[in-house]
Amino acid sequence: MSLRFWRLFVLGCLIGDAAHAADVTLTDDRGVTVTLAQSPQRIVSVLPSLTETVCELGQCHRLVGVDRYSNYPASVRGLPQVGGGIDPNIEAIVALKPDVVLMATSSRGVQRLESLGVKVLAMEPKSSADAQRVMGKLGQLLAVPDAQRIWRAIDASVSAVAQSLPPGARQLRVYYEVSTGGYAAGTGSFIGELMARLGVQNIVAPSLGPFPRVNPEYVVRANPDLIMIGARNVQGLETRPGWRGIRALRERRLCVFTAEESDVLVRPGPRMAEAARLMARCITEKGLK
Amino acid sequence: MSGARHSLWLGGALLIAAAAVLLLGAGVGSTGFDSVLHARHDPVAWQILWDIRLPRTLGAWVAGGLLGLAGAVAQGLFRNPLADPYLLGSASGAALGVALALALFGTTPFATQWAVRLGLTGAAFTGAVIGVVLTLALAKGVQHTLRLLLAGVIVGVVLGAARDLVTIASPDTLQAMQGFMLGSTGFVGWAACGVMAAMGLAALLVAASLGRVLDGLALGEATAISLGLPLVAVRAVLVAVLALATGAAVAQTGLIAFVGLASPHLVRSIVKTTHGRLIVLSALMGGLLLMAADVLARWIIAPQELPVGVLTAVLGGSYLLWLMHRRRRPGGGL
Repeated sequence: MSLRFWRLFVLGCLIGDAAHAADVTLTDDRGVTVTLAQSPQRIVSVLPSLTETVCELGQCHRLVGVDRYSNYPASVRGLPQVGGGIDPNIEAIVALKPDVVLMATSSRGVQRLESLGVKVLAMEPKSSADAQRVMGKLGQLLAVPDAQRIWRAIDASVSAVAQSLPPGARQLRVYYEVSTGGYAAGTGSFIGELMARLGVQNIVAPSLGPFPRVNPEYVVRANPDLIMIGARNVQGLETRPGWRGIRALRERRLCVFTAEESDVLVRPGPRMAEAARLMARCITEKGLK
Repeated sequence: MSGARHSLWLGGALLIAAAAVLLLGAGVGSTGFDSVLHARHDPVAWQILWDIRLPRTLGAWVAGGLLGLAGAVAQGLFRNPLADPYLLGSASGAALGVALALALFGTTPFATQWAVRLGLTGAAFTGAVIGVVLTLALAKGVQHTLRLLLAGVIVGVVLGAARDLVTIASPDTLQAMQGFMLGSTGFVGWAACGVMAAMGLAALLVAASLGRVLDGLALGEATAISLGLPLVAVRAVLVAVLALATGAAVAQTGLIAFVGLASPHLVRSIVKTTHGRLIVLSALMGGLLLMAADVLARWIIAPQELPVGVLTAVLGGSYLLWLMHRRRRPGGGL
């Protein structure tokens, strides 16, 4: 009898303990501490890089809704869409009964959702360090213990890609245009960091910030050896005044990334190694030809 | 006397239509009518109905009312049928105020607390006053339609550029501001509703009680002065009302165009009445217009939704063009 009692007691303690241990407390990028009774089973993600991170951690099945820009991995394309970062659909999100909503700190509706009693974790990765931190946090949230190991594997792949490049890459001076209107990837941006990892030089000075709108004249003067640009923005590049003389255009050293490739390159997330490979392919095929 | 009876009928009709659209609004959304059916036993469906659809639909009504009121006051005050919170620079001033508040205090434009909502409303109000005063100074009075409109456009562009500068200088607010520019009632909760209703009630009482002055003013400035109306003081008060109404609406919903312009026109095309009644009726009309637009924005591409500001800009812009086209015919004259 007493043995049975003790067994039950121990069992009770274990269950109680487990329940207690399952209490998830996290601080998001706003500095707000979010506590969940247990690791969330129903997740809505309103930022593509967060969607990708959840899936990279092998927890794609917990997503019940995503924003309209989340398109990777392919399995998330079938999920209900809840608008975008600047126009999330509050009703659609609430209707999905999420345990937690992952969205950018700058996103509209964070506080509106919180006032409706929905738990929101606001995170906005902008650099590779941010992406690593976000992966660690989401690993904690989703009870995936080897999040850091997954990140180290991604990071090691990037280093391997960097080492595979011939030494000639170090002399390459590169211009990466993120969007039309002359928005360049500065050294502080995710793309800029990747360029630095691969050892090429960015023609945009660090003092200009992460995504400066550079004067076309600045690019002509810097005379880059290699230009990287998305397919959406490439139209009319060579007819910009004075650009015909730029070395990269004269010698046809221009990499045009498709929309899918651009997504990989601009999203600070777990596809960093793939981004590095894309960039390395561009450097070897066009930059060092 | 028949004018009064007509106004009463119109007011009643507008209220009944608003009630009908409110009921419709409770049933329309990305989850469709299901939420209404299950509201009794499903807490989430209940929340969608009571905490999301009702406040946003009522919020659209109140915000539209504020804009309609601002439009009627502007058109009476400046004796100009094309006066509108947007064309007078007050909306861009309000948006600049919000951008400055964001950059300086680092709050988000979508905070739900009362204090933050009131603070943003204050910033928008100050910006709106500055916008209108600048436009009036630039136009040197209100007599010339073309001057006034041109001044309004210029002030709008300059204040818009200033807003862009502020936003670029603090890139953290860039995306938030972008979202704010897309006017939407989708984020209006009960707190925002309450702030707008309080401002709306105050503005409505003051404006309607000054309707007689606007009637006098319609006969010309000299006549108004000869009637013993205190023009300078009343004008200042009405500009404040105009700015308060615009600022309160802009701070909660972002930029929503043309409701303020179209409402008084629609009312005038139905009844000929005094300014006091016109102001009340325009507010009711504006509320109905924006609420209907909001329901439409939720419905057209459901389960997704359009930002309602985009919809009113397209519909209202078309109405304005039609109005100008019709008035250009002989005998019209703007």
